[in-house]
Amino acid sequence: MPKTQPDAYQEFFKGLWRENPVFAQVLGMCPMLAVTNSAVNGMAMGLATFFVLVASSLLVALLKRWIPRQVRISSFIIIIATFVTVTDYSLQALVPAIHKELGAFIPLIVANCLILGRQEAFASRQPARLALMDALGMATGFLFALVALGSVREILGEGALFGVDLFGPNFEPWVIMILPPGGFLTLGLLLLFFSWLAERRQKLAERLAEMEVEGS
Amino acid sequence: MKHRDPKLLVQPGPLLKQPLTTSMAMRDVLIALAPATLAGIWMFGLGALLVLLACIGGAVLTEWAFLPADERRDQLGNGSALVTGLLLGLTLPPALPLWMAFLGGVVSIGLGKIIWGGLGYNLFNPALVGRAFLLAAFPVAMTTWSAQTGSADFFQVPASNLAAPLMHVDYDGVTSATPLGLMKFQQESTALWDLMIGKTSGCIGETSGLLLILGGLFLAFRRDLDWRIPVSILAAVAAFSSLLFLIDAERYPGPLFSIFSGGLLIGAFYMATDPVSSPLTPRGAWIFGIGIGLLVVLIRVFGGFPEGVMYAILLMNAATPLIDRYTQPRVFGKGLKSPQGGQE
Repeated sequence: MPKTQPDAYQEFFKGLWRENPVFAQVLGMCPMLAVTNSAVNGMAMGLATFFVLVASSLLVALLKRWIPRQVRISSFIIIIATFVTVTDYSLQALVPAIHKELGAFIPLIVANCLILGRQEAFASRQPARLALMDALGMATGFLFALVALGSVREILGEGALFGVDLFGPNFEPWVIMILPPGGFLTLGLLLLFFSWLAERRQKLAERLAEMEVEGS
Repeated sequence: MKHRDPKLLVQPGPLLKQPLTTSMAMRDVLIALAPATLAGIWMFGLGALLVLLACIGGAVLTEWAFLPADERRDQLGNGSALVTGLLLGLTLPPALPLWMAFLGGVVSIGLGKIIWGGLGYNLFNPALVGRAFLLAAFPVAMTTWSAQTGSADFFQVPASNLAAPLMHVDYDGVTSATPLGLMKFQQESTALWDLMIGKTSGCIGETSGLLLILGGLFLAFRRDLDWRIPVSILAAVAAFSSLLFLIDAERYPGPLFSIFSGGLLIGAFYMATDPVSSPLTPRGAWIFGIGIGLLVVLIRVFGGFPEGVMYAILLMNAATPLIDRYTQPRVFGKGLKSPQGGQE
């Protein structure tokens, strides 16, 4: 397929895998490491970021004609901060327990470089339809990464997944997994795993291309 | 190589070769550790032997699994994974569940060595990486010390050793505090002779000070380790703890207690001297050793843990590239400090 016209589906799927914000771009590490001590927390953080990213990308794409270039970053931040505030108050009203658990990291979504990066690199240059697809893809990729990290840490650190006991009462928890070092360790190992997968896929693709050349 | 005419020998340098290879160095380490290992097994019973075997098994299996197929024979044959597993096992409590010991071996080789690029590339001592992981993951199991078993119940394996994988530990045997724990939490000293021959509780291989020194001297005479590192560590510990002892003999342990208690001797002779993760230059070795000695006393006396040898060595491992950089000898004894010609 010639790559002149960006295709909406491509914009969506690139965020899931090829340009996954965590496993490929290594963005948004602060919430990634800080709140993923359980799968539920990871998911709550992922959903909050999902809403903020999608809503602000759409708004930025719609408003880009009226935002002067010189003040674009501060305008993006104001738009993002608006949605973060909405998220903050909604979580506080709906699920106070999770809000308390995530603490300062909800307001800190404003500073998530993934969100600002998407506005600057994509939403402010592309039509609203594509910006929406891009934001949906990136946010889903981020959500996936947070839940993956939170699940690994919760399974090893507490012997449970989404609060459901997996190994019975005699499980010996790996304390380190709940603590910050566990976050770094798990993230590093997941990065290793995903880049290994990517390398394998690339090798496979190269082999296929070679076979095609030979066949033709 | 046989030459017909030895008077006319034409070959590229180096012409003087040391017969020291990795596998020979590793064999020497195994010989040096043998007395302390056997003593540890004798004192703590069959359970200790199983812990050692689990560590070695984890280390060797991980090495085998992650090496490319064509390097397996060479790398496993040189015995470095075996030594790492053994060293890790010697620093674990004898009643540790076997699955934790196995996991420690896996982490030692996987996160401590393979991930850095294999033998010779790691920044930290692999055995201590495994131990640090275990201590952070399972703090209770890693600080429960069983008392020494007599020769009568040598074959009695503690139930905690045999806990099912991932499962909780129930301690049934007699537990007792280590000399350092007694010192820190109860201000109670242990007789020096007991410390020297190892009649105390503690890690499997750390208790018998005299046997560890014996093995260390063997390694030093075989030139397998840089004698400056253990000497400077022990000297720094002795000096710093004497200073504290002179200030307040009631509160602080004396220099001999400091040297013979805990894992200081096994750390100083076998772990800090790891040629991969210690400095290359003589001046660097002195700095490295003194740094470890100071950190050991600081952590033991002022820190939250009774023992600090592991953290001290890991911290100085992290400083090793920096030490190497600043102690680089000048080219031909003069001129610019760095051979790159840059300004330091």
